[in-house]
Amino acid sequence: MSAKIVTITSGKGGVGKTTAVANIAVALASLGARVCCIDGDIGLRNLDVVMGLENRIVYDIVDVIEGRCRLRQAMIRDKRLPELYLIPAAQTRDKSAVSPSDMVRLGDELRNEVDWVLIDSPAGIERGFRNSIAAADQVLVITNPEVSAVRDADRVIGLLEAEEKGSPSLILNRLNPSMVRNHDMLSAEDVLDLLAIRLIGVVPEDENVIVGTNRGTPIALEPKSIAGQAFRNIARRMCGEDVPFLELDNKGSLWARIQRMTGRK
Amino acid sequence: MSSFFDRITGRKRSAKSAKERLQLVLVHDRTDMTQLEMEALRDDILAVISRHIDVDPDGVRIDLERDGREQRLVADIPLRSMARRRSG
Ligand SMILES: Nc1ncnc2c1ncn2[C@@H]1O[C@H](COP(=O)(O)OP(=O)(O)OP(=O)(O)O)[C@@H](O)[C@H]1O
Ligand SMILES: [Mg+2]
Repeated sequence: MSAKIVTITSGKGGVGKTTAVANIAVALASLGARVCCIDGDIGLRNLDVVMGLENRIVYDIVDVIEGRCRLRQAMIRDKRLPELYLIPAAQTRDKSAVSPSDMVRLGDELRNEVDWVLIDSPAGIERGFRNSIAAADQVLVITNPEVSAVRDADRVIGLLEAEEKGSPSLILNRLNPSMVRNHDMLSAEDVLDLLAIRLIGVVPEDENVIVGTNRGTPIALEPKSIAGQAFRNIARRMCGEDVPFLELDNKGSLWARIQRMTGRK
Repeated sequence: MSSFFDRITGRKRSAKSAKERLQLVLVHDRTDMTQLEMEALRDDILAVISRHIDVDPDGVRIDLERDGREQRLVADIPLRSMARRRSG
């Protein structure tokens, strides 16, 4: 079987790309899939600390691309799960060390090694973003329910459509249900109506995300965490399962409301 | 946060403002047209149409609208009735 390459990108910085990659990777690997994450944020390496693998780095993505090591040598194995790997970003190089065609070549090589390749894109719409989407079969755009994040997500979706990358799917992160209830935060329906792409997950604001990051333990590994559950659900939807959306709110399930919305169109 | 005070003074809930502002911004971002350019387009369209037929400028509506991820230019241009035209 050949791997599916999925890139997570956002336009705006700090909306949760790295958090999502780490958690979805852990969730997919927990389902028994072979997963390799790539930190595409060259010069601003971060996925390693979020996954808790920072002490194990020997080689990085630029070493593989420039032939200083074999692919397998740069794949750090996460020992918590049977088949989860990370290829870290280079820290002392800049984005010009990698080209989109390098990424396509790396992706093709990885296709025979694993089932899923997840690429953590840097913020912005320049070289690092271009590199990150070059090899992608599917793109997930992540945003927060805030004006600037939604606007930037829309811009990225437009660029992806122009690149003929197919329609991306949306992850809405850091939704605060009580603010939505008070009409002081855009709801999932509002954001979906504005961006008009398929929704693949809604992750609530959850302080355990930060606790998990502090420890280097993605919260998708915590069975009781609500945000962890949201990330696990995204992984299952990526595998084609039809998983109802979490009830984050007590006024009727989000899923029922989304079904009503999409049924109307 | 909208407080009770905001509500009784009629200030709009912030989520509603966010959505309305985004609706406008996204249409202009997607079409790469500013409000000013849109006004110029509106004036040009009206000028061309008025050369052929009498329009009622007060009722004219020419706007960019979102339809999913597509944008369309929607024009609703009422014509002045012949009776009014004759009577000046
Ligand atoms: N659902 C959530 N609840 C609470 N905190 C969150 C959530 N998701 C992300 N965060 C926090 O938000 C911050 C930014 O997240 P992250 O680093 O994943 O964003 P990013 O998009 O990768 O940023 P950059 O653009 O800088 O790469 C982190 O401190 C993270 O712990
Ligand atoms: Mg990041």
